[in-house]
Amino acid sequence: MGELRLMKGNEVIAEAAIRCGCDGYFGYPITPQSEVMETLMDREPWNETGMVVLQAESEIASIHMVYGAAASGKKVLTSSSSPGISLMSEGISYLAGAELPCLIVNVQRGGPGLGTIQPSQADYFQSTKGGGHGDYRLIVLAPSSVQEMNDFVELGFQLAFKYRNPALILTDGVIGQMMEKVVLADFIPRATEEEIDQKRGSWVTNGRKPNRQRNIITSLEMDSGRMEQNNLRLQAKYDRMEEEDVLFEELQCEDADYLLVAFGSSSRICQKAVDQAREKGIKVGLLRPITLFPFPKKPIAALAKRVKGILVVEMNAGQMIEDVQLAAGNVLPVMHFGRMGGIIPSPGEVVDALEQKLIGG
Amino acid sequence: MTEEIIIAGFGGQGVLSMGKILAYSGVMANQEVSWFPSYGPEMRGGTANVTVILSESRISSPVLNEYDTAIILNQQSMDKFEPMVKAGGVLIYDPNGIIHPPKRTDINIYKIEGTLIAAELGNVKTFNMVVLGAYLKAKPVVKMESVEKGLQKSLPARHHYLIPMNLEAVQKGFEGLELVQAV
Repeated sequence: MGELRLMKGNEVIAEAAIRCGCDGYFGYPITPQSEVMETLMDREPWNETGMVVLQAESEIASIHMVYGAAASGKKVLTSSSSPGISLMSEGISYLAGAELPCLIVNVQRGGPGLGTIQPSQADYFQSTKGGGHGDYRLIVLAPSSVQEMNDFVELGFQLAFKYRNPALILTDGVIGQMMEKVVLADFIPRATEEEIDQKRGSWVTNGRKPNRQRNIITSLEMDSGRMEQNNLRLQAKYDRMEEEDVLFEELQCEDADYLLVAFGSSSRICQKAVDQAREKGIKVGLLRPITLFPFPKKPIAALAKRVKGILVVEMNAGQMIEDVQLAAGNVLPVMHFGRMGGIIPSPGEVVDALEQKLIGG
Repeated sequence: MTEEIIIAGFGGQGVLSMGKILAYSGVMANQEVSWFPSYGPEMRGGTANVTVILSESRISSPVLNEYDTAIILNQQSMDKFEPMVKAGGVLIYDPNGIIHPPKRTDINIYKIEGTLIAAELGNVKTFNMVVLGAYLKAKPVVKMESVEKGLQKSLPARHHYLIPMNLEAVQKGFEGLELVQAV
């Protein structure tokens, strides 16, 4: 059993990175995620585990430092907030193209542009559909509590190394800034050079050993035939993610007439909305996608056959609703409720939207 | 039992740290807790608020539109949060700086002269602890020994010598709570 603390979501990302044996963090400050690097600088993990913590000159530099470190087999992460992730997007596409495992944390704020520093979930499309160029996918994890901010750091790395693919924790200013109780993970030692050679020797560029071929890390392939093969290999990998690593949570769905679908902080607001609606006699359940890619298509399709209508609640203008509609099919009303620009919807507003858009409508 | 609290006032009054000490006190009493602050440029001299939830069970939304208790420390916060107290709930305010006292007739209203008491104690920085003490008189959600443990946990060791003074402020606030209206 780990250590119990009261911490902010952002602080927990930093602590979890140190404890899971991370080799390095490269980042650039931006509200509302600056506590990630502040906590790391305060903890000075280079004295404790040898982990490198570096404030780069920009987000673009940070993500390419991640590329370089990941190419040598190191366990590394970066974090930023929405505008910073946009700057990183070219590098993220290169990481996906070169099949490099790493962890990226996006503590979302309202956009577009510089937008606002208040919480938002408007980077769903950017996270799950691309952001950068080319046919690539990230493994996208959406924590809904400070505890999951802790748990998803190691989970993100495990999935990233399993698939040799970047993983993204998509959270926002609510979870990043709030404090909750958290049970911290126990320390895992950093991988030694020998362990990196053993586990990742088939691809890492940490100096060619006499007993192996030269490894090359690149996303470039000038021969179209071979480039298509690379793409097919990536697509097969993404299909495997959809088969093996979909995560979701269902709350009070057994007897539900209506279904809320929400991720991250919105799903917390919806939990309260479910209780409030049930007090009014409305039988409503909540499906919370934990992996946004791979998306929980099958459980949504199954619930769509049982309920009368679905309300998708997001702090954006309607992004995840497209995936819910695709999964549910054209068999029932699928409506959206969202607030934008840093406004956080209240549980009461969700219940009102449910009554107006689905039950009354 | 679940207690949903909003603490609201000016940045610099110690609103966020009061919430933090309350949250730590809840942790010490083995409760579930959440602490969600307003954050951003409006905190510097402007209004600051924090939602604190203490519960025996898993906490759903950290963001709320109605509260069991509102602790209100300036006029802007009174205007914003007075209507958001649940019927039968509790509103505690410091009259210093309040031009329009609360008008609701369906809630319990208390006053605490936090600014005056803190000045009498000789340290205006203990203002938030005076208000915390007043709150704990109105709503004994955590025991005083949990507050002491909470202070030990939330303050860095170099500030631990200040704990007795803070506990005295909590005690003065506990004694200084005035009932305005009971429903």
